[in-house]
Amino acid sequence: MVMMLGMDPISIIGGTVAVALFGILAGLVFMGVERKFAAHMQARIGPPIRQPFRDVAKLLSKDSIVPENAIPLLFNMAPVLALASSIVILLYIPLGGFLPVLAGYGDLILVMYLLTVPALALVAGGFASGSPYATVGSQREMVTMMSYELPLAIAVIAIAWRLAAAGIADPFSLATIAGTATGITIWSVAGPLGIIGFVLLLIVLAWVTPAELSRVPCDTPEAETELCGGLLVEYSGRNLGLFYLAQGVKTVAMAALAVALFLPWNISWYVALSPNAALVADFAFFLLKLMVVIFFSVSVIRVGMARFRITHVVSIYWGYLGGLGLLGLLCVVLDASLGGGGML
Amino acid sequence: MRLTKAFNRSLWVFHLNTGSCNGCDIEIVATLTPRYDPERFGIKLVGSPKHADVLLVSGPVTRAMADRARRVYEQMADPKVVMGIGSCMSGGVFYDSYNLVGPLEEHIPVDVFVPGCPPRPEAIIDGVVKAIAKLERLEGEGK
Repeated sequence: MVMMLGMDPISIIGGTVAVALFGILAGLVFMGVERKFAAHMQARIGPPIRQPFRDVAKLLSKDSIVPENAIPLLFNMAPVLALASSIVILLYIPLGGFLPVLAGYGDLILVMYLLTVPALALVAGGFASGSPYATVGSQREMVTMMSYELPLAIAVIAIAWRLAAAGIADPFSLATIAGTATGITIWSVAGPLGIIGFVLLLIVLAWVTPAELSRVPCDTPEAETELCGGLLVEYSGRNLGLFYLAQGVKTVAMAALAVALFLPWNISWYVALSPNAALVADFAFFLLKLMVVIFFSVSVIRVGMARFRITHVVSIYWGYLGGLGLLGLLCVVLDASLGGGGML
Repeated sequence: MRLTKAFNRSLWVFHLNTGSCNGCDIEIVATLTPRYDPERFGIKLVGSPKHADVLLVSGPVTRAMADRARRVYEQMADPKVVMGIGSCMSGGVFYDSYNLVGPLEEHIPVDVFVPGCPPRPEAIIDGVVKAIAKLERLEGEGK
């Protein structure tokens, strides 16, 4: 960690540009693949994988309309803020065998705060649109945000607490949790009861993901059939394109967070490879894990369910998922106090 | 207009009913089902005219809807395409009704008409293909 703090600005800037490019490209590719999955599940052919690229190219070439009663500064700033903050999340998350670009500058708690920033940008843009539909959408987005915070916080705290209980230093650092350098993960620390607890928390996180990304069944803030697109109703052209990109980057960030928390294994831990080959293999395996997370927590849920009402979002996330999370936390606590695992 | 390949292959559709009997609307919904799967060509139904590239109008234009149709058309970002669905576009059997204010093209510019009462999904898809062909021709002319 001390070594990381001494990183020179050039490599941070280079890393940021690389991560931004990776986030945008991977976000669009994963959205394309995700649409293909959904189409096949509905016995359709579906759009080509490069469809999101076409959508963005089209949106960027269209006019951007600013409504008369909008606040232009806030209205135009919100999409940029959403995209930029989505990219910033990725800077704190380990990508395969690569340590986070800003490792040592921030930990899991910071990532939890950063995850709310793109949503807040959407809310600000919605309120600045001067449309009643967008206002209702913004209010719903805020309610959704408050709903999924509790289950997400429980999952994060359970993981960090179990690592701390196992005597690992710096348990909130994502590099520690993912075990990028050490190879120690929550699964190797926990005993049988702890593993049950972590599986419950994994289910909770898989359900928090669609709410975080405003996808079906939690697309209540956008709800095109009742709110005509909700938050985004007044956005067009370039601004809508930036929100589209932000959505893709956020999908990657959320899936990468789930991978770092719960599926941190790397190929190079088990197979002896030269350093460069290990980086490539780990990164390819990381992309595969992202795909699996997106498939289960976005595609499967999206195809299998209809939209929740906003009251249902609150009761399901606070009540059922919060309860399930607490049960998982209880298992983890019991596991630690019974001295389960104890591999260290 | 800035027409590109990406535009032709990513048409987002906003559906406006200007007094239709719902026959055409149901056929439009049928066109969007997995059986016909227009998402293959990037066609998607959106909830706001601000997001749309194609305005899909069904029904004869009633007195109350004429101004709304104009306003929805003006809210769409350029470049944009208008498709009229159904025989009612020219008034149809209601051509001499006291409550109609003339065919759609007297109010907004229409690019493609799809006749039929109601047109089958195949006809609507053919209309979209004609719209794409027209866009490609305009793109070739550099407009």
